[in-house]
Amino acid sequence: MARRGSAILLPAAAILAGFALGALVLVATGKGPLAMFQAMLQSVTGINSQAGTFNPRYIGEFIVQAMPIMLTGLSVGFAFRTGLFNIGAEGQLMAGSIAATAVALWVKAPPGAHVALALLAAMAAGGLWGAVPGWLKARFNVHEVVVTIMMNYIALFLNNWAVVALFQSADRIKTAPFPASAMLKSPALSALTHGSRLNWGFGPVLLSLVVYWFIIEKTAFGYSLRAVGFNKDGAEYAGMKVKRNIVLSMVIAGAFAGLAGAVITVGTFSFGRALPAAEGYGFDGIAVALVGANAAIGIFLSGLLFGMLKAAQTLMQTQGIPKEIASIIQASIVLFIAMKYGITHVIRKLGPSRPGEER
Amino acid sequence: MTILLTMLPIALIYATPIIIAALGGLFSERSGVVNIALEGIMMVGGFAAAAVTVVLEPSPMAGCWGILAGVAAGLLFSSLHAFACVHLKADQVVSGTALNILAGGITVYLCQIFFDQQRTNAFATGIAKLSVPGLARLPVLGALLFRDVYPTTYAALLLVALTWFVVARTPFGLRLRACGEHPQAAASMGIDVVRMRYAGVLISGALAGLAGGTMVLTQDIQYSLTSVHGTGFIALACLIFGKWKPAGVLGAGLFFGLSQATSIYAKDIPLLQAVPQDFFYMLPYVLTVAALVVFSGRSVGPRAAGEAYDPGKR
Repeated sequence: MARRGSAILLPAAAILAGFALGALVLVATGKGPLAMFQAMLQSVTGINSQAGTFNPRYIGEFIVQAMPIMLTGLSVGFAFRTGLFNIGAEGQLMAGSIAATAVALWVKAPPGAHVALALLAAMAAGGLWGAVPGWLKARFNVHEVVVTIMMNYIALFLNNWAVVALFQSADRIKTAPFPASAMLKSPALSALTHGSRLNWGFGPVLLSLVVYWFIIEKTAFGYSLRAVGFNKDGAEYAGMKVKRNIVLSMVIAGAFAGLAGAVITVGTFSFGRALPAAEGYGFDGIAVALVGANAAIGIFLSGLLFGMLKAAQTLMQTQGIPKEIASIIQASIVLFIAMKYGITHVIRKLGPSRPGEER
Repeated sequence: MTILLTMLPIALIYATPIIIAALGGLFSERSGVVNIALEGIMMVGGFAAAAVTVVLEPSPMAGCWGILAGVAAGLLFSSLHAFACVHLKADQVVSGTALNILAGGITVYLCQIFFDQQRTNAFATGIAKLSVPGLARLPVLGALLFRDVYPTTYAALLLVALTWFVVARTPFGLRLRACGEHPQAAASMGIDVVRMRYAGVLISGALAGLAGGTMVLTQDIQYSLTSVHGTGFIALACLIFGKWKPAGVLGAGLFFGLSQATSIYAKDIPLLQAVPQDFFYMLPYVLTVAALVVFSGRSVGPRAAGEAYDPGKR
């Protein structure tokens, strides 16, 4: 019970501290923090509290922002559960994006099947991209952090090469538009939210959250993954296949991130894109997983939180608040969570010492 | 041959910040603190350098003050990493990630406050190139090393030698390495592990700040979100590829710089014409993964890097 309590209390404290720091930065630089909170409110509810107007397009865009980072959050969280640090969600996402683009442009299939194929191909590609660091870790004991960082950049340049060389982009930035059969787009959902980019992507996202919860909490496989995360040697001694679990964990983590790539490419957008730099979905995923304490429900909620921050950025900018305040708040929250050992230590020292308690 | 002669000075310009930042990483990791925040620290250093240069120009010393501001900003920013990792025993990779996110946010935020746009204003010269009198007229070598060279390139070479001397030949270096190999053993010999790790991270911050300032003032016209574009991670790759040794860092840095310069000139080189530019960009990362596999099983990197110091552990 105590563990569950701190799993909620600590992120909550970090979130509060992060927003407080963000407000402080705004005040220190002569900006009003109230406008930031109004922008966040408007991005979630669609209600402009100053003008008293309501526009559902904001709600749609908010969900669009939250979808991919929930998936990269699941990716990072799944690896965390096995004691692995997956900084490579960004690269796995891009591998998924390349695969989804390939299926969308090259494969001919009926509407439902085509988009399903694109999603599956993206998951397979992401899984493959995750399998490399997993296998290198299991076979050669090479640290996954460095390998996944390197794989991010390899994926970025592979993507940019593929857009031009494989998909024959005319302007070297965008591929040809995808056929409607390959896309998650829905005119009805878009019309419902006043022309937002909202699409069926939330279906696979919600399904992924349930699958994550089921694998981790309800299966023997998930239990053995967590056992490896808690104590590698202990798990090995208990007869669990540690190396196989490490590879599988990275494959599944990669598949979640790969799916995010498809949701962005055939959902939010309708063409493949060459990118000047990584877009930061992988880093967002780390923040989402840390705040969500690597649990499905936590990742869902923190995905909404950071989705709100991302969605509010354009609104903040129009109200004269530099939109980068969102990244500052996000980074502060991550930093505060990273400091948990020190912070809990300080809290314990300050708080009344209970008799018989271990320090 | 003429292509090579035009390419090599460009390669040196690219290699300079990679080498300096990688030396920074060396100090941090040798003390036992993994620093994946090199990228973020470079961004902060690059922003500070560009901002100060823009404000002080046309003073001829503007670039110098800019570089100093970069060093100071890097040092200050890295103290966050040191405080989190050494004092509060934060996960070093998580803390580094937070710093990388924070750097992108805070630099562009300040650009908007100071310059009312997403980047700093453009500076006129940044750092001026110099030619060494006499030596510049040497046949081939003059054009490569002594004519129109940025002083920061010499600084990088000097820092390689200095780092080697400090890490390999001084008591400070020995203590630093001891903290990265076995902090508990080092502590038992009376070494203050916390202080040594602080020193390692702060030196890495100063150097990465210098690298960021150098990069922006020699390769760019202003600071923007994409000014550093992954060079901090190439520096991390350079550190690993160079086996955590100064001479190795120099070699790897030059090689990575050359691979970037080649990507620009490949269209003029018959053998390389067919290779897409993106593949040259990819090369450092692919090679580093390969190097990690080759090094695996041998103890190449600092053994205790990445672990929080726990005095009670044996």
